Amino acid sequence: MELVCPAGTPAALRAAVAAGAHAVYCGFADETNARNFPGLNFSPEELAEGVAHAHRHGARVLVAINTFPRAGDEAIWHRALANTEQAGADAVILADLGLLAHAADHHPGLRRHLSVQAAAANADAINFYVREFGVRRVVLPRVLSVPEIAAINRESEAEIEAFVFGGLCVMAEGRCSLSSYATGESPNMNGVCSPASAVVYAEEGDTLAARLGGFTIHRVGKDEPAPYPTLCKGCFHSEGETGHVFEDPVSLNATDLLPQMARAGVTALKIEGRQRSRAYVSAVVRSFRAAVDALDAGRPIPPGTLAALSEGQATTTGAYKKTWR
Amino acid sequence: MADDVMDLTLGPVQFFWDATRIRAFYEEIAGSPVARVVLGELVCSKRLPFWQDEIPRAIETLTEAGKEIWLTSLALVTLKRERLMTADLAATGLKAEVNDLTALAHLPEGVEFAVGPLVNVYNIGTLDWLARRGARRICLPPELPLESVARLARAGAERGVAVEVWGFGRLPLAISGRCYHARLHGRTKDACQFVCADDPDGRSVDTLDGARFLAVNGVQTLSAATACASGDLGALAGAGVSALRLSPQSGDMAGVARAFDAALRGGDAGAAEAAARAAAPGGMLANGYLHGRPGADWVTG
Repeated sequence: MELVCPAGTPAALRAAVAAGAHAVYCGFADETNARNFPGLNFSPEELAEGVAHAHRHGARVLVAINTFPRAGDEAIWHRALANTEQAGADAVILADLGLLAHAADHHPGLRRHLSVQAAAANADAINFYVREFGVRRVVLPRVLSVPEIAAINRESEAEIEAFVFGGLCVMAEGRCSLSSYATGESPNMNGVCSPASAVVYAEEGDTLAARLGGFTIHRVGKDEPAPYPTLCKGCFHSEGETGHVFEDPVSLNATDLLPQMARAGVTALKIEGRQRSRAYVSAVVRSFRAAVDALDAGRPIPPGTLAALSEGQATTTGAYKKTWR
Repeated sequence: MADDVMDLTLGPVQFFWDATRIRAFYEEIAGSPVARVVLGELVCSKRLPFWQDEIPRAIETLTEAGKEIWLTSLALVTLKRERLMTADLAATGLKAEVNDLTALAHLPEGVEFAVGPLVNVYNIGTLDWLARRGARRICLPPELPLESVARLARAGAERGVAVEVWGFGRLPLAISGRCYHARLHGRTKDACQFVCADDPDGRSVDTLDGARFLAVNGVQTLSAATACASGDLGALAGAGVSALRLSPQSGDMAGVARAFDAALRGGDAGAAEAAARAAAPGGMLANGYLHGRPGADWVTG
């Protein structure tokens, strides 16, 4: 299986390649990608250098242009596509119908992957994108169980890529406007979710409230560590119940399911975390590469290879196990 | 299109209402001034067996009353049963509103269709592609600001596509594989026992400070506030928007339709706002998205 690793910066790209990434994914430093965070991402020149570096070391570069272009400003997204092809990248990861059509017409030689932001959750939808836009690979939304992924793979005309580690969207990706409801900025329009600019921490007596756009998302004791107020991981009241209505503050860890994913026919495993440090990327990629190499050779994953990665963190296998629903 | 008066579309019922309620609802809507009705199960395929026999009956009642009928697809299609349901939609011979692109995969080229608010139409390239594929109506995603709405309405008019905007109803903010109603009852989706039927407007999700924030409706998450575009009718008409979508809540929808219809014909927007507030769960309104602000905001004046 191919290991697809996050590269939030040129330094992270080099770290991921050195640690054994088969492919890295990255984006431009603007609203054209869904990790439009301050201090992250690539200029067109940095991308060209990153691609050259990765290719010298036998790794591929996939460029995410996976937000939905703003009406009237489509040229910004079209330019990102042209810059991707110019840089010699191996594929582009798209979500918007109009942008897919534009890429198929104007950049037919650039391999097209369907972003998780398009939330194609069954074989009919996947094959629709294959037929209409020549999509070669689909990143699955995190709403499917492993047996469902296997069933999709049997009918899919595209390769399947699945998230295995890192941040977890609880909602169907690309179909969530919780963030813009509270803050005015959304993943689809702005490439951000629960943006830091809308976060306020306030000490109130013995507690610390974490607010997003004025809505209290967490409240903890003032000396406890305050979790970041990501909206769908928040704590709320609902008619007498109090708790994490949508999801606990957990991240995805599907390492135990890697053999099943391999049997399900998954082509590529994706690690989330373009916002994470170089050291983190290095450690995670190195461990996953060892696991994937073992699987490919028909050996068991060496014990302890992946366990250390999420030590001290709450993790979930998410929708991959059906009871999550 | 800009010189014509906007008309009204009643969207599908997003909540799990029983057959009796559904029947009474569409009988009342038949006498209201909506031009068209989109119906069918949008949110959860498990609900459909409980009320699907009402669909042909409602279609008959509404058609006799002169309403145009569209049948919605599911919003999120994952299971085999849901794929078959979605494929069947194309075979009914009725006009389909696509709320997941899976439905489009089953519609033969050349068949006209509508695009619902849960499909991401954010720009002219996408609108253009859908128009060429056969889209005749597009209800835009509710998070779009008026500036984008105006650009898309103009592009729609040039391509013979009627552009519609969310005008009333709790905002559909997210859809998930997980059922939050079941989770709140300590159950999984497969063992939900249909608890979402207890909440005809969705179940409130408030902040720890007690502020009303969201509402859950099975696998769907909605806004707590009810969207209301009564203050923006002039701007929307000026932008070339051709219809307003009213999304059913348990309050007096026929009254909301009458008040909006009057306002669209030059009547009192204040009366439309009052009718909207009376029908909004908890009386809380929002219009921030159209003004390019957080969706929860209520901008007046």
